[in-house]
Amino acid sequence: MIVRLLTQTVFFALGQMWANKVRALLTTLGIVIGVFAITATIAAAGGLKGFVLDEFSKFGATKVFIWGNRPDELRDKLSWTDVKIKTREARDLREHSQYLTRLSMVASHRVTVRYQDRVKSGVSVTGIEPDWHEIEQRLVQDGRQFTETDDSEQLQVCLINEMAIEELRLDGGGIGKKIFLNNRRFVVVGVVETKEMSAMFGGGEARSEIFVPFSTMYKLRDWLWTSVVASMESPEVAEEAKAEIRFILRKARQLPADWPDTFDMFQMTQAVDNFNSMAGVMGMAAAVLVSISLLVGGVGIMNIMLVSVSERTREIGLRKALGARPAVILVQFLVEAVILCLAGGVIGLVVGQALMVLAQGSGGKLMENAEIPMWAIVLSFGFSGGVGVFFGMWPAVKAARLDPIEALRHE
Amino acid sequence: MGSVEENSSGRGARQDGRGGAREGGRVGGRKKRPIIRVRNVHKIYKMGTEVVRALDGVTLDIQRNEFVAVMGSSGSGKSTLMNLLGCLDRASKGVYELNGKRTDKMGAGELARIRNEEIGFVFQSFELLPRETALKNVQLALLYSRQRFWGSRGAARRALQHVGLGDRVGHRPNQMSGGQRQRVAIARALVNRPSILLADEPTGNLDSTTGAEIMGLFHELHEDGQTIVMVTHEEDIAGHADRIVRLCDGKVETDYPRDEDPIHIDYIKRSVDMARERAAAHVEHDDAVEAEEAAR
Ligand SMILES: Nc1ncnc2c1ncn2[C@@H]1O[C@H](COP(=O)(O)OP(=O)(O)OP(=O)(O)O)[C@@H](O)[C@H]1O
Ligand SMILES: [Mg+2]
Repeated sequence: MIVRLLTQTVFFALGQMWANKVRALLTTLGIVIGVFAITATIAAAGGLKGFVLDEFSKFGATKVFIWGNRPDELRDKLSWTDVKIKTREARDLREHSQYLTRLSMVASHRVTVRYQDRVKSGVSVTGIEPDWHEIEQRLVQDGRQFTETDDSEQLQVCLINEMAIEELRLDGGGIGKKIFLNNRRFVVVGVVETKEMSAMFGGGEARSEIFVPFSTMYKLRDWLWTSVVASMESPEVAEEAKAEIRFILRKARQLPADWPDTFDMFQMTQAVDNFNSMAGVMGMAAAVLVSISLLVGGVGIMNIMLVSVSERTREIGLRKALGARPAVILVQFLVEAVILCLAGGVIGLVVGQALMVLAQGSGGKLMENAEIPMWAIVLSFGFSGGVGVFFGMWPAVKAARLDPIEALRHE
Repeated sequence: MGSVEENSSGRGARQDGRGGAREGGRVGGRKKRPIIRVRNVHKIYKMGTEVVRALDGVTLDIQRNEFVAVMGSSGSGKSTLMNLLGCLDRASKGVYELNGKRTDKMGAGELARIRNEEIGFVFQSFELLPRETALKNVQLALLYSRQRFWGSRGAARRALQHVGLGDRVGHRPNQMSGGQRQRVAIARALVNRPSILLADEPTGNLDSTTGAEIMGLFHELHEDGQTIVMVTHEEDIAGHADRIVRLCDGKVETDYPRDEDPIHIDYIKRSVDMARERAAAHVEHDDAVEAEEAAR
């Protein structure tokens, strides 16, 4: 009985809508825009997020940077040289940390490079340890990595990248060639991959790069600023890793309990968190906009339902005379409002989907990951249905409360 | 028909409608329970300081399978009474029992069920849904009933056949004549097998021939045992009923079986006289023509 009543009501409502096609379409416009806004926002946010997280993971989501820091309150107790990360401290970290899987000291500066008659100044030279390749995801594509011996003997060997080969015009791939860094002779032992970096992380056009063993670098220039780059077991242990690093370093430096840390660190996961909270704020703003458009749509629905109730007053009177209970009339008009809204929702979704396909076709990298997830579809249907119920309620109650005789005498 | 005659003879003892407070006739020593029992019902409308007594102490019994016409001048309270009988409205005061159940204590939902199951309402202006077919219009009454899902189409179709519209099932109201539309409305009123059929000026929007056709249908229904109460302004339409109740200023003025109603008898006599005169005039005219011809 109830099922039949509902199906009949739904069909009747569809018939009503069909009879007033243009009006129904115009009425649902608000909902169409609202739902379109929901899906577009979700898709765009998803796309942006996918894009950014992609970038982060390219950069390495498990990466940790650790460097020395001199807090202001310790400025007359310590110098910057005092707080620099020492090789010994890096060794402690490497040996005692269970969350850090790889670790490399780094130090860099700029030198003048000479190969035969070709000279290039201001080239970046970085002192690294073998783990660096895995951490930065820049493996040695030709030749070999630095070995234990390179490190312990502080040999004058170096790795270069393809740009350097090109700029210095090293023939035959460069391996085995001797180049001069500030007039010291280094032997090229390998070629390091050039990693494509996005604009977001200051990538851009490739530069000539040269790498030497960290100990070699340190022997030559012990005044250089040194820091550590490491990678964690997984992004999930970020907090634990942070606590552990603090513990190990404070212990290594024997910092008194009332002293602040004399070092600092940055984890990529922090950047992800930052981005997520920023995305959250953006999401909130979008949600406000979406609610406003749904509100406007809802008011439109309410308006048209009120018109419908007064237009069909006689019909309501007749239905009541035929024995429709007030609750049945209420449900009838609610169903009509909800169907209007759902129809608007469907149109909104279709428009959103169509635009998104267009955007994916033409709109660069940002929208590559954009898609309308299933939950967003369910959500927008839920929302438009909810709007229908909420804004349809008053007109429906009005209809249900009509006095049958008054209604039949209407007009 | 026998029971109706017994009824009328039983009520014949009454001198006027105000005596209706007494119980209806007894048949075979068994007291007959009226299907409609109205006791001292008032309906009062307050419009600002003005008080309109649309019904002012109406008492009325209607037995099963009676065919009653309610008459009265405009504003005498006929429609108000019908709305009350149809449970569309509540009395301000007084008791209305339908099938032995008091309706004045019922809630809106229960009244709706009574309207659906016990009452078939026919309106002056048909009240069909313009965009729906005849069948759908009839099904509308079944929609709110507790009947089974499957029977609904068949029942609606049978009801339409019953009123002689078996071949108009798929037509919409604007594709039908006034008389056909009223037949659809009657089919809709009957489809739930109500215990009473209430019709407020069912022929008010129809010409006299179509009106007579509708009355023919009412006769058939009445013969099948249907209880009918209808409001009309026209004496000849009222002449189809077995009993005529006349209202005046919200009170029952007279309540007679048709053949004892002075006004109606008077009306019949006058129409018969008029017909005779006309016939006589015709004969005279013919005589004159004959005489003229003979003179030539
Ligand atoms: N809703 C109302 N508010 C105020 N007065 C009303 C209302 N309904 C009816 N009346 C009054 O009650 C009285 C009886 O009205 P009703 O409609 O019953 O008359 P009626 O006999 O059906 O007349 P008609 O033959 O013209 O249809 C009239 O005086 C009318 O003005
Ligand atoms: Mg009336």
